[in-house]
Amino acid sequence: MKNTTVKELRRQCIELKKKVIHMIYKAQSGHPGGSLSAADFVTALYFREMNVDPKNPRWEDRDRFVLSKGHVCPIQYAALAARGFFDESVLETLRKEDSILQGHPDMKKCPGIDISTGSLGQGLACGVGMGIAAKKDKKDYRVFVVVGDGECQEGEIWEAAQTANKYQLDNLIVFVDNNNLQLDGITDEVMPNLNLGKKFEVFGFETYNIDGHDMQQIVDTLDRIRMTKNGKPKCIFANTVKGKGISYMENECGWHGVAPNDEQYAQAMKELDEQLASCG
Amino acid sequence: MSEVKKATRDGFGDEIVELGKKDNDIYVVDVDIGKSCKTGQFRAELPEQYLNVGIAEQNAAGVAAGLATCGKIPFVVTYAVFGSLRMCEMIRQEICYPKLNVKIACSHGGVTPANDGASHQSIEDMGVLRTIPNMTVIMPADYYAARKLVKAAAEFDGPVYLRFTRDAVPVIYDENAEFEIGKANKLREGSDVSIIANGDTVSIALKAAQELAAQGVEAKVFDMHTIKPLDKDAVMECIRDTGKIITVEDHNIMNGLGSAVSEIAAEEGNTVVRRIGIQDQFGQSAPYERLLAINGITVEHIVETAKKLAGK
Repeated sequence: MKNTTVKELRRQCIELKKKVIHMIYKAQSGHPGGSLSAADFVTALYFREMNVDPKNPRWEDRDRFVLSKGHVCPIQYAALAARGFFDESVLETLRKEDSILQGHPDMKKCPGIDISTGSLGQGLACGVGMGIAAKKDKKDYRVFVVVGDGECQEGEIWEAAQTANKYQLDNLIVFVDNNNLQLDGITDEVMPNLNLGKKFEVFGFETYNIDGHDMQQIVDTLDRIRMTKNGKPKCIFANTVKGKGISYMENECGWHGVAPNDEQYAQAMKELDEQLASCG
Repeated sequence: MSEVKKATRDGFGDEIVELGKKDNDIYVVDVDIGKSCKTGQFRAELPEQYLNVGIAEQNAAGVAAGLATCGKIPFVVTYAVFGSLRMCEMIRQEICYPKLNVKIACSHGGVTPANDGASHQSIEDMGVLRTIPNMTVIMPADYYAARKLVKAAAEFDGPVYLRFTRDAVPVIYDENAEFEIGKANKLREGSDVSIIANGDTVSIALKAAQELAAQGVEAKVFDMHTIKPLDKDAVMECIRDTGKIITVEDHNIMNGLGSAVSEIAAEEGNTVVRRIGIQDQFGQSAPYERLLAINGITVEHIVETAKKLAGK
């Protein structure tokens, strides 16, 4: 936990978005849309909420971070580099041969990755295992898991959710990145999720419905959750916009897994620089 | 060979309690079939190290992976068909790829869940799992082998798949027998033909070797309890000493022990391999011995095959 201000977090978030666009542009491969929708809360976690130690990435008492929607790892890589887990120059190697920055997170290659992910639907169960271990060992660390709304179509998510309830994992916080888009189109058209937040509630989660791009709300919600030890796992249902912050990417499902060309890259960086200038 | 019979799942159930008492990082993750997988005593004596995640195998694999990242040594316990195929991609992604210290311990291997029928018989599991990098694949031959190999798996740092029998199988070892993962046990010396078996078929192979001896054919017999990593030295010994190998397994003849041995034999050349096992067909509800017989996994068929190979 660091006392970073909301204003600083907003600025940091834009800086991370610039790194995301830059590394995907350099790699000419990767997933910008979901990286940008998750950017705000990932920033809040790495620059304020989570207890992690870049000098000792395997520190036993650290908070855990599970990126179940592993394809949006550019935002996590950007955060890890900015926190000093590895040098910023490494970001240039995304998706390149022998890079620690694999196309999907690899815990054996990259410091700061707590579990390898990439195949959707599996991270929450791993987070549940970590949460149970913390309880068994009487440790205070917490487990933060990020899942996508499309990802919640996977049945294993719900197997894991019921397990979190059974073992009363109030140390488990699930962020749902509800950006309403998935690879093939609009989530409600590909496979309606119905009331996804309510589903988590029915599975025993204490659920908070927030604007996933309102840093103040994100911080307030995390502050509130930190105080409650009531045996209930937490779900922060973050309503987000895929591609948030880059005008031509916003709400465009075509930007799920495509890299910008030279012109698009210049445009994106210009827009982000303007946002930096205006946030003071 | 004694006529005492015990199911190897009982060997697992007894050993895991001993291991859990000595090391409180050892966990059992059940999926609602603990009773038939013999975790009842563990659950009763070590409740703090016991989880039951319900009928949700994929989740069990993920929970175990999460536990392993925090220093626990979880044994996910289920039936072989679920512990391999139902969880397959979770085993690959969350256990084998990051090489986490998770053990998958499965009862009901091969056709031993005989009366349950084809849905519960597991004839593909060892082959499927042996193709995943970082996985170790083991089937013990009897109760004592199961105990020793469960202990060895717990002491080994990495993913291990262990497969046990539901039905009782003859006890062929005693409590002093020694086992090493990846090292086959030679049970009989012979120069005419070699028989390499594992799991519940080892006792059948031994009986066949006795019968062969009575008919003047000397068979070397190996218990190849670990099919990955395969004991290449043992196979090379068979190639060198006999040049004729029969594999016997309670598993599809495709991709299991027979295939693993054949891969080496083919590369080395000058050796004939005959695979005895499930004939790439689903089973049915029937007595265990009948299911073996339907597939030619019998003393008689091994003897006949060996005599032909040996030219006697």
